Formats: sequence, structure tokens, C-alpha cells
Amino acid sequence: MKVALFIPCYVNALYPEVGEASYRLLRSLGVDVDYPLEQTCCGQPMANAGYEADAKPLAKKMERLFAGYDYVVGPSASCVSFVREGYPRLTHHDDDKECLASHIYEICEFIHDVVRPTKLDARFPHKVSLHNSCHGVRLMGLSAPSEMNIPYYSKLRNLLSLVEGVEVVEPERKDECCGFGGLFSIEESAVSKRMAHDKVARHVATGAEYITGADSSCLMNMQGIIENEGLAIRTKHIIEILTAKE
Amino acid sequence: MSSHAGKAKKFLMNEARSVWHDKALFAVREKRDRQAYSLPEWEELRNTASAIKEHTLSHLAEYLEEFERKATQNGIKIHWAESGDDMNKIVGDIIAEKGAKHLVKSKSMLAEECGLAPYLEERGVEVVESDLGERIVQLMHCAPSHIVLPAIHIKREEVGELFERELGTEQGNSDPTYLTHEARKHLREKFMQADVAMTGVNFAIAEEGAFAVCTNEGNADMGTSHAPLHIAIMGLEKVIPNLASLGVFTRLLARSATGQPITTYTSIYRKPEEGKELHLVIVDNGRTESLANEAHRNMLKCMRCGACMNTCPVYRRSGGYSYSYFIPGPLGINLGMLRSPKLYAGNMSGCSLCYSCSGVCPAKVDLAEQIYAWRQQMNSLGVAAPSKKLIVKAMNMIMRSGWVFDTAISCAPYLPRFTYNNGLNPWYGGREMPHFAKRSFKVVWRKMEK
Repeated sequence: MKVALFIPCYVNALYPEVGEASYRLLRSLGVDVDYPLEQTCCGQPMANAGYEADAKPLAKKMERLFAGYDYVVGPSASCVSFVREGYPRLTHHDDDKECLASHIYEICEFIHDVVRPTKLDARFPHKVSLHNSCHGVRLMGLSAPSEMNIPYYSKLRNLLSLVEGVEVVEPERKDECCGFGGLFSIEESAVSKRMAHDKVARHVATGAEYITGADSSCLMNMQGIIENEGLAIRTKHIIEILTAKE
Repeated sequence: MSSHAGKAKKFLMNEARSVWHDKALFAVREKRDRQAYSLPEWEELRNTASAIKEHTLSHLAEYLEEFERKATQNGIKIHWAESGDDMNKIVGDIIAEKGAKHLVKSKSMLAEECGLAPYLEERGVEVVESDLGERIVQLMHCAPSHIVLPAIHIKREEVGELFERELGTEQGNSDPTYLTHEARKHLREKFMQADVAMTGVNFAIAEEGAFAVCTNEGNADMGTSHAPLHIAIMGLEKVIPNLASLGVFTRLLARSATGQPITTYTSIYRKPEEGKELHLVIVDNGRTESLANEAHRNMLKCMRCGACMNTCPVYRRSGGYSYSYFIPGPLGINLGMLRSPKLYAGNMSGCSLCYSCSGVCPAKVDLAEQIYAWRQQMNSLGVAAPSKKLIVKAMNMIMRSGWVFDTAISCAPYLPRFTYNNGLNPWYGGREMPHFAKRSFKVVWRKMEK
């Protein structure tokens, strides 16, 4: 199984440790991992701002870079969901060539649904509050959205159950938006900050030491509030917990 | 700054009020959730409602004609209005012909949409809102801030002061039960004086030639039972095939709107009482244009329950008045754009694309997906924000070249923080900027591979 890592632009620049943990986790599960070096951004920030057409050159580039792999796996539910939903529109395939959208996975989804390990060599003796990100929940189906009457499930919680010592909780309003939303965070900064403040406060109220989730962008937004308000709670991408050896 | 962002910022300055507003509306969302979870067939109901609406919209002319035929047979006088102005004129003419002077009306978003009340008032007709929330905002001379809970932004102390001034209630008494009783007495008089009653229409049932009006206060019934003339107004998308489909919608409407199993009153009007007249105006006002708009046709499935507002994290924190269209929230963002992108594009920023609205909608209107689609058209419609264009251009420049991107992120960690942690950066101010890593993942990868 040949897998390519898709490391979104901001994870590359801000959170290399998330990329590194992704690589180590996949390797430890016996997956052959490659990382095409020329990758930058999937184009979601432009598209959500209303410039989907501007994402076309990036989409074409991604298609080229990730051709020939069985799977493409990235540690960001939001970016992966954009590729999955948006790329078929952006890169019309006239030939039979498979579109990247058909075999790109968010890393938790990939491990949960494709690799399906029964155990992980990980230990993280801390209480963590699960951040159910909007695109992870509602576009990717990582867990059951609170507004729908379907049986509860959470792929993130299932994966965390393989980690020794970790206690998993969810905040009140368990999948309300943290207010990031790409350029929304800048264009509607007052609302965005209030949403982020409220979200962090609800995570703090669980008594957890860490906020964790499958989207570094939400964690980044909340980290900005945590630092500004001098709070003790910390953010950690879920893959770092799935590879922790504390 | 977009018009929504500006007004939202102002609303958020009063922290206590905005927190209260958010909590009050989230409580309604939670009540809705409890109702939704209590029905095992909830998602099936949503699918059915959506399918009925899709079917009806694709046979709209037939159903409207069937409705007109049956309703006329029942003795309802049907009028057709192409625009809001046409509707106002038709209603005004019926009232003038009868020499009526006092109109009591139950809640109708269509009346708001077409500016009916000011039109009639200019012609010397007294218009009294009989829904309590609507009456409160009417006495305050302000617009509803929510389509189901029009006075949700007003605190009871403010209602107490208003009633003291307008209805002569006891000084300083803001007990909700007391105020409601006083409003009831006041409205009783208005019901007795009324010579014309107006209602909206929740559902027009084609097979029956009858229409359903749902209220919690029985105010529509009070008005129509007494006045000799009943004028109802409806948007032409309100038609549904039959009573069986009505059953699907009544199970969804109140559960979605307020978290009740059903509205307290669900009245079906089939024919005028003896000696009375019943008129119904069917209004287009842009709806057939929406029907022809494939990307946004789904908006016509909306049954105006307001659930998308209650779940919207932006609406709850920014308040109804932060939107320039008379309907706020995800619904208003979309309907405003259908009405006029030039006038209402300022609301487009008020969405973080969390997709919760699409998940609560009982008719499965894809509200968030449609906001995304509208954003893609803003540039060609000439309503895109220049500052946003600039940011996107800069992002394009950096992201399209691996070399520029690598250089940019390798330099970024060495930028002094004050260059971006300052007042010019809208991210900043209550929220710190993220920290660039000294070694990007690409650098780390190269090392790991060695």
C-alpha cells in the first residue's frame, strides 16, 4: 500500500510536529509513506472566501503531485473535505483517470476505516476534551452531528480508546463552531473571537488538560485565545496523542 | 468591513446582552433537539418533507391551479399578485371597498417582505399585530429580529417599560404573567374593534382548496372568528399536495421552530363563515425567478421555522439587526441574495461555513452549501470586498509556487511579532497570532528521510 502524505500549508509552516506524528503513526502501522515535496495549499481558503476558481491551479498541481498513490492521507479534516467535495468540480476528468477526491482521506478516517488497527502503542495519561470540528463532523462524518437524530458514534473517540491512560470528554455544545472559518476569522473578527472565546471556555469547563481534534486550524484559533487569556489548557492534535509515549 | 461584520461588532460590545441572546436562542435549539431525538423517524420525516417540497415545486403550476379551483369552489376568493406592490394594492382595495378601518393581523413574513403594514397605514387603516412578540416590536417601532421569536432581543424589563408607556400598566412591574395578561386585555379590545382580520398561510392544501394557519397564541383564530372579512396572504411556494403531506409538515414545524410537538393552534380554513368573506392573495414577488434558479431553487422548500437561526453560531452572537435583510441568519443571507445581491451582499460574510443550518433544516434546505455557492458569484456580481480580493491574490502568489511558499515560511518565524500582533491585524486583539515553526515539516521530512 503506497500512501502519500498531504500536509496542508499551515500545518507545514506552523505545526511540523503534527506532520511528523502522522508519518510516524502510519509507519508504525506498516504503511509505506511518501511525501511529495512540492505541495503547498489545497485552495480551500480562497474557495471559502468566494474564489474557488483561484484554487484551480492548486487543484491541478495537487492532482499531479499525488497521482500514482493508492491513498493520499492528510491530518486536516477541513482541507481533505474541500479536496473531496471541491476538486471534482475544479479538475474535470475527461479520461478515466481517477480524481484525487476518490482516494484522499483524513488521517483518523483512514486509520479508522482502512487500516483498522486493534491496538496502538501509545500512552497519554491525561484528560482531553474532544473538539468536534464542523467539517470533520458535518462534511466528513467523523462523528454524529448533534443536530441529527442518528445513533452516536465518534471515530476520534474510537481511536483514542486505543491509547492507554487517556480520559476523553466532550464539552457542552459538543460540535458548535469555534469561529475559525478561514477568512471568516478576519472578516468577521469580532464574532469569530467571541465564538472562539466561548468554545475555549466550554472546553476548559470540562476540567480537561488538553483540547484535541482532527483539525489544527480550529486548534490554532483556540490556541490564540488560550495564550491571550493566559489559560492553562493546551491544544494537541489527535495524531500526537495517538503516538504519545508518556 | 462588511455591513454585517460592522453591526455584529457593535452588538457584541454589550457583552452581557449578546451572551444572553446566544444562550436564549441556544436553549431553543436544545428544545428542538429533544423533540427531534424523541422521534425515531425524525430523519425520515425530514427526507419525506424535502421530497414532498421538491415534488410540489416541480409541479408547481398544476398544484397552484388545483388549489385555486378547489378553493374557489369552497367560496374562497383567490387573487394573484405578481409583486409585493401588487399584493399591497389588492389588499388595500379589498379593505377600501368594504370601508374597513381596523385590521388585526397574525404574523406574516410575507407582509414584512412587501411592506404591507406601512402601505395600509398610509391609507388610513389601523394595523394591529396580534402576535404578542410582533405587537411588542410594533409598539417599539422596530422590526422583528427573528422570524418566529420577533422580540427575542428584548428583555422583559424593557417590555415592562414599554407597556407602562403604551398600555398604562403598573410602574416597574415586569412580571411576564402580568404583562401577558395586560397585553391580552389590550388585544381583546383590538379584536373586538377589528373589521378585517389578516393571516399568513403556513400550508395551502391543493387537494382540499383549504389552508392551514399555525399559531401558539390563537391570535389568528381570535381575529378571523370575529371580523366579517378575512384576508390571507401567501407566497406561492406554500402549496402542498394533500392532507397527508400536511401531517408530515405539522410534525416537523413546531418541533423545529420552538421545540414543541405541535403549535397550540393549527387551524384549517376551508370556506368563509356564513355572511363573511374570505380572500386569499397568492404572491409571486420573485419566487418564480428563484424557481428558475437551479443553484438556489431549494430556498423555496423553506417552511419558515427559524431553526437555522437558532443553531447559527453567528446569528446567536450578532443578533437579528446585524443583517441588512429583514430576515436574519442563514435563511436571510440566502433570501437577501435572491432578492438583490447589490443590496444584501453585506450579509455574506456572516457565515463560518459550519453547516449546522443544513443539518437542522426540517425541509433539508442546503443553506450553507448555498451560501458557499453565492460567495463564488460575488466577484462576477460586482459585490466582492476589495480587501478580500487582495488577500486572495496574495495567497495565490505564495501558494502557487513551491519555491515562494518555502521561502515565505522559512522567513516567517524571524518576523518580529509586533509586526503582526498589532491593531492593523483583525485576527489580533483578544487572540494571539500562531507561531511559525523554525523548521517546517518539509525540512523535518528531509531529515527523517536521511
